[in-house]
Amino acid sequence: MRHIISVLMENEAGALSRVVGLFSQRNFNIETLNVAPTDDPTLSRLTVTTVGDDRVIEQITKQLNKLIDVVKLVDLTEGQHIEREMLLAKVKAVGAQRAEVKRTTEIFRGQIIDVTPSIYTIQLAGDAEKLDAFINALGSNTLLEVVRTGVSGIARGEKVLSL
Amino acid sequence: MITRFLADEGVEYIYGYPGGAALHIYDAIHRQDKVHHVLVRHEQAATHMADGYARATGKPGVVLVTSGPGATNAVTGIATAYMDSIPMVVLCGQVMSHLIGEDAFQETDIVGVTRPIVKHSFSIKHPSDIPQVLKKAFYIATTGRPGPVVVDIPKDMTAPTEKYEYVYPKKVKMRSYTPVGRGHTGQIRKAVELMQKAKRPILFGGGGLVLGESTELFQQLARKLNIPVTTSLMGIGAYPQTDRQSLGWLGMHGSFEANQAMHNSDLVVCIGARFDDRATNNTAKFCPTAKIVHVDVDPSSIGKTVRVDVPIVGTAKSVLEEMLALLGESKEETPDLSDWWKQIDDWRASRTGRLYEQAKDGEVMKPQQVVEAVWKATQGKAYVVTDVGQHQMFAAQYYKFDKPNHWITSGGLGTMGFGLPAAMGVKLNKPQEEVVLITGEGSFQMMMQELSTCAQYGIPVKIINLNNQSLGMVRQWQDLNYNKRHAQSYVQSLPDFQKLVESYGHVAMKVDTADELDATLEKAFASKDQLVFVDVYVDPHEHVYPMQVPQGSMRDMLLSKTERT
Repeated sequence: MRHIISVLMENEAGALSRVVGLFSQRNFNIETLNVAPTDDPTLSRLTVTTVGDDRVIEQITKQLNKLIDVVKLVDLTEGQHIEREMLLAKVKAVGAQRAEVKRTTEIFRGQIIDVTPSIYTIQLAGDAEKLDAFINALGSNTLLEVVRTGVSGIARGEKVLSL
Repeated sequence: MITRFLADEGVEYIYGYPGGAALHIYDAIHRQDKVHHVLVRHEQAATHMADGYARATGKPGVVLVTSGPGATNAVTGIATAYMDSIPMVVLCGQVMSHLIGEDAFQETDIVGVTRPIVKHSFSIKHPSDIPQVLKKAFYIATTGRPGPVVVDIPKDMTAPTEKYEYVYPKKVKMRSYTPVGRGHTGQIRKAVELMQKAKRPILFGGGGLVLGESTELFQQLARKLNIPVTTSLMGIGAYPQTDRQSLGWLGMHGSFEANQAMHNSDLVVCIGARFDDRATNNTAKFCPTAKIVHVDVDPSSIGKTVRVDVPIVGTAKSVLEEMLALLGESKEETPDLSDWWKQIDDWRASRTGRLYEQAKDGEVMKPQQVVEAVWKATQGKAYVVTDVGQHQMFAAQYYKFDKPNHWITSGGLGTMGFGLPAAMGVKLNKPQEEVVLITGEGSFQMMMQELSTCAQYGIPVKIINLNNQSLGMVRQWQDLNYNKRHAQSYVQSLPDFQKLVESYGHVAMKVDTADELDATLEKAFASKDQLVFVDVYVDPHEHVYPMQVPQGSMRDMLLSKTERT
């Protein structure tokens, strides 16, 4: 099953490489990964999506917790949560395609953020499935380049991951 | 600053090898007399020496090496310590900070290289950070589940242009690291209730008992409930092996009765062991009728390889104390285990006297009988250090350990070459104790340059070389699994060990046949101030048995070349 694990860790050199190294060293899977400092500049928040059965996920969280740089973590998929990912796409937009691409973007509630006579650059946020659906809807003929940030997540309701 | 810190931390010996990036530190060591440096002949030996010291004393071993090759040579020793959870701090010189990343002379990203084999690592970013970083390094290495910590020290950090005030940091606090303390009382209670009800219980102790200084409590628990006791290879010595309740150690080459008892038990209480593959055989067939209680200081050890019914995260000491207290309060009667003991005694009896055939006078010896003779010659009291291979298993099987910290072996990583430097680390710090290295000619040749270090510092270890002129364990597997094709397992061009050892000024003896053994050993152990190397020719065709059948359960064992369970 797919899990989203959110990690608060020391914002120090080498911390990220320990997390990434752990995944390859122990044969765990990384599907997406993103990391940035938080409002507290001494802390980074890292979100990783991974796939595994309960035993593997238990090992992943335990091994992550064991890393000295990791302060706290939560498996967001254990409770109600919100996940978001952002996508930037460069799309061929000439002739009849121009209107079609614009319409599709609007349907998915994305924005066109850069325009040339032949290209639209589109920004879209949502969960991973929505982004996949958008890419499918555009079709590979029009798609020139895609960048995705990887999933970020936060728990719904009162639950907070902080010190 | 580094040297002052080490002195304040109570470090007596550091093991190392100098080089460009570490020279400022070496100069500081030269100008004081509290911290003694031991110059090895290869950096790997420095780490093994520190490791042996740590295993025998429970204190962290400290290593100092230079950048680049100095640091990479230390890698095997760091990995060895990591796999066996040995507290160690490794200080590595590094090129000047402004040169890092430029492929400077003797530059290696040692923090990167060692990342998967350390508990943690640090790079010094500012000279004033040194005391605090070193304090954290020692704190992390020695608390919780111990392990090696690497500190990377760029050369300019040790020769600052400004002066910084040195204050020894008495305390350390890290928000992201809190070592585990007491276990969950409800879980401990559950475990105690299971122990009181079980009909066929077994206690399974690991290296965590030795590292956690809780073997006494473990023995109290075993005696109180009259439960049979086994240990992992790393846990040898946690329970006196000559005691009636001891079944010996378990696993691939563990005792017949320990493996049988594990397989047939209804309750396994594991304290401070990690159920690794050499201990469990096929985990799908592991202890099919048993409930499993697992006490460990490292939560990630629990449920990693086998399913656990009662997980308890806590130090062995605190959990055992609580278990004993609960048993003390309890009104339940001590369970009657006489049927279980009868079964165990039957297993025992079926194997007694059938373990190997002793060689008679004039015949080439069996390695097992050499170990037994060493046990007798040292009254079972020696610190026994080994390398890796058949000799290691024979030493574990035939030397009976009654005390913890006396069995010193590379269990997890299985590092050939570990033995000699580790034995030196023990002997240097326990000069009054008998320290015996049981090794083989394959392993010994991996670190034999350290005979020179022994000569320099006068380290009189006793070396028993079980010489079968082949890589015995490799050969055994080739006999069993590769139709006796002995690919590369015959060691050709062996040196004349006698001449070799004597060239360093040590004493060498040789034993060819059984009738010479006891007298030679007696002579060797009588010599207190000399390193003595005893080259003992043993039967190259001997195999280590019992041997668990691959992918089988605990009780599926080969018992000899012709018998299996």
